[in-house]
Amino acid sequence: MLLSMDKELIHIIGVTLRMSFFSTLISCIIGIPAGVLLEKGRFTGRQLLKKTASTLMGLPPVVAGLIVYMLFTKYGIFGSLGLLFTVEVMIIAQVMLITPVVTCLTSSVVSVTGKNLSETAKGLSVSKTKSVLLFIIHNRRALLSVVLTAFGRSIAEVGAVSLVGGNIQWKTRVMTTAILLETNKGKFTFALALGIILLIISLVVNVLASLLTKGGSEDD
Amino acid sequence: MKKLLALLMAFALVFSFAACGGNTEETTAKNEETTLSGEETTAATPENPVIRMSTTTSVNDSGLLPYLLPVFEGKTGYTVEVQSAGTGAAIQKAKDGNADLILVHSKASEEEFVNEGYGVERLPFMYNYFVIVGPEDDPAGIRDSENAAAAFEKISSQGAKFVSRGDDSGTHKAELKIWGEEVPDAATDTWYISAGQGMGACLTMANEQDAYCLTDKATFLSNKESLPGLDILLAEGEDMKNTYSVIECNPEKLDGVNTDGAKALIDWLLSDEADALIAKYGEEQYGQALFTVIEE
Repeated sequence: MLLSMDKELIHIIGVTLRMSFFSTLISCIIGIPAGVLLEKGRFTGRQLLKKTASTLMGLPPVVAGLIVYMLFTKYGIFGSLGLLFTVEVMIIAQVMLITPVVTCLTSSVVSVTGKNLSETAKGLSVSKTKSVLLFIIHNRRALLSVVLTAFGRSIAEVGAVSLVGGNIQWKTRVMTTAILLETNKGKFTFALALGIILLIISLVVNVLASLLTKGGSEDD
Repeated sequence: MKKLLALLMAFALVFSFAACGGNTEETTAKNEETTLSGEETTAATPENPVIRMSTTTSVNDSGLLPYLLPVFEGKTGYTVEVQSAGTGAAIQKAKDGNADLILVHSKASEEEFVNEGYGVERLPFMYNYFVIVGPEDDPAGIRDSENAAAAFEKISSQGAKFVSRGDDSGTHKAELKIWGEEVPDAATDTWYISAGQGMGACLTMANEQDAYCLTDKATFLSNKESLPGLDILLAEGEDMKNTYSVIECNPEKLDGVNTDGAKALIDWLLSDEADALIAKYGEEQYGQALFTVIEE
């Protein structure tokens, strides 16, 4: 049954991985330094920002999707870009959803390690930017679980991506929206089979990631 | 932070279990209560007062069922639980024993449902027409087409954008029937957008992309306000008829079917009273009737 849609399935998996990879990458580039700054930096409004980030962790995916939809709809602010129903706009919605998660988890990861930013910067006589990097490098293995969580959120998301991506065949259909579609068609077993494939993909990514960190630990 | 998260998750889990448990108990208690009273009193309170109807999104979203059912419920004491999904899922739910009757609009699937023994009899009771909607300026020039097939041919030869449901729904099957042997291939025909979503989402997409779309009139009219870019370009071609049927689920094949309830509801839907209500539906709100009753 699964083999019969070979080509399309491979396409769907490709789109899923592309979307999850880039949304994880971008949200980590933003979220990890932000998390370090929020935990280790000393500036006004820090507590407020922390609260905001943790509140945004609870942002319902459909709402994030809705906001992105409103921005990119034909009559919206960015409507002229014609990005609605593309993989790019799905990544934007995902970044909106996942960045707060990455930020908060990073905060909690680095909160266990030592001093704050300015002390570290002074102690090692490096710039603050460099000390942020130091914190990231120092915690890289713990941060890997943050990255994997982000990836997991991203690959499992359905509400936002079906809204802004449109679940278009051969274009924006990903594993989750395909599962939803098969469920709506009443093909429950097939939907479940797709769900298992999704889990296998997640497993492969997790294994690869842990192998990578093992390789990294040899440098220590 | 992590501890707090874990705690919250555990809490949520326990809470949801508790909530589920509570619900089940409640319904069981309710059922027992009514069963008892049903035995004691006359037919005024039905023995099993809950009728599970599995139906397609179009009849529910168009507002027809919320308009009809309270009349039936008030009269008979039954409660109708409506589950709406695409025709494929609606039928599958019934096959899984989760419905007492179905109300759908896809002749071939309905006949299969009956032939496989899941349904008792297919009873067509009302129809309306699919319409082709599209951008006001009608780039493919379909406005004066003879029928839907001719319009589709123009859309395809022009390569004008077309949004397809692509979800095995009744509307999707009707669309495939109109294409006949010329069904576009979404992999190569980039103008053919197979959305795999409900009618509302497909109409929104057509509105966004200046595309054509085949839709039932009721859903289009009830969503018209949020679809400023779309107009009805072709209506009432002979190949655009959309017939709705009710089918009672077969108690011999499926366990736990509320046969009395299903029969009562079907009888009422075919009655003169329901006919009159259906024929009037939509006039007030849209200035035109949305469904036509099939006279026996």
